Amino acid sequence: MIELFFRSVFEENLALAFFLGICTFLAVSNRVETALGLGLALIVVQAVTVPLNHTILNLLLVEGAWGWAGLPDIDLTFLRLISFIGVIAAMVQILEMTLDRYWPALHRSLGIFLPLVTVNCAILGGSLFMAERQYDFGESVAYGLGSGVGWALAIVAFAAIRERMRYSDIPAGLRGLGAAFIVTGLMSMGFSAFVGVRLP
Amino acid sequence: MKASTLRHLTAPIIDNNPITLQILGICSALAVTTSLATALTMSAALTAVLAASSVIISLIRHHLPSSIRLVVQITIIASLVIVTDQLLQAYAFAMSQRLSIFVGLIVTNCLVLGRAEGFAMRNPVLPSLLDAIGNGLGYSLILTVVGTIRELLGTGNLLGYPVLRSVEAGGWFQPLGLMLLAPSAFFIIGLGIWAIRTARPDQVEADEFPIRTADAGGRP
Repeated sequence: MIELFFRSVFEENLALAFFLGICTFLAVSNRVETALGLGLALIVVQAVTVPLNHTILNLLLVEGAWGWAGLPDIDLTFLRLISFIGVIAAMVQILEMTLDRYWPALHRSLGIFLPLVTVNCAILGGSLFMAERQYDFGESVAYGLGSGVGWALAIVAFAAIRERMRYSDIPAGLRGLGAAFIVTGLMSMGFSAFVGVRLP
Repeated sequence: MKASTLRHLTAPIIDNNPITLQILGICSALAVTTSLATALTMSAALTAVLAASSVIISLIRHHLPSSIRLVVQITIIASLVIVTDQLLQAYAFAMSQRLSIFVGLIVTNCLVLGRAEGFAMRNPVLPSLLDAIGNGLGYSLILTVVGTIRELLGTGNLLGYPVLRSVEAGGWFQPLGLMLLAPSAFFIIGLGIWAIRTARPDQVEADEFPIRTADAGGRP
């Protein structure tokens, strides 16, 4: 389980190895503080939704899940996508209200990032990977937490690099987005060194 | 058809390309381009979902209360993606296995929601459809180019047919394994953006901290 946690942080980093959440990754990485806020919001949401989606998938959607009600033939797996999205949107909303009620300070700093997290493909991707690889409940907790931490780590590191790069003299056409892509590519190469580069 | 209407179709292909300028829908663009076949399938799936969702959302735009519009849009998109996913699994199972979760991720592809929210909510059906197809084509163009480069240089094949004969098969071409790994996708898109912006200088982003030279008013 600890192995799975570290694998999802470094070797299978959602942002750098699977390209998930790259839109937000590029758009919200101009400053380290905002990147940190978004990263924290993503860790929390990811660590909650992956196990929750795991529970819903196995109790309601997989083939035979309705056996206790005398309907063993029902297979609702095709509803997986829509229910995951529903769970994620609802979770983010609940989280936002809870934070607002009990930790207003935290809500003020994380609040604007939570809606962004809903449409982040890293969240949905994490749940879909969990379903595809058929993790059990414990593994899904470790995976949710690990993949969230990995994504946050990547965006904070990237934002730190970008803060430095702001002062560098880059060719006009490469300025901004182009350079961001190339730096992400270099980071992705660095992260793949954690596994040792395996050429296919 | 008026030229201005047609402009919705042609503008997003290069001038306002969703990937290189609007920064929408990048995740899937990078992940599925290890071979040309997956890139083409993904492009077709995304363009179909985008066109259908834009038409539907444009049709019901007057009846949507703005407080629940995002939920309705996501539901429509998710339903269309489920249909696409099931069709792929039924008729091209091997391909849907290779695309793994990325067809499902069209739901959160910011391109689809972005066009729905940014264009289809405010425009009649025909321009919305053209805008959707245009953005789909712009997306497909980048995917096809990146897919071609990665498959050709990574394996020497195109769509599985040998083009450059590799050393293993007795030819001269040494495949670049790096092309099949994640970082190369970032590099290719980064260089592609550079190329497009060199050709279209109006897309260049302003320099936040320009270097002050003597003739530009800095201290000599």
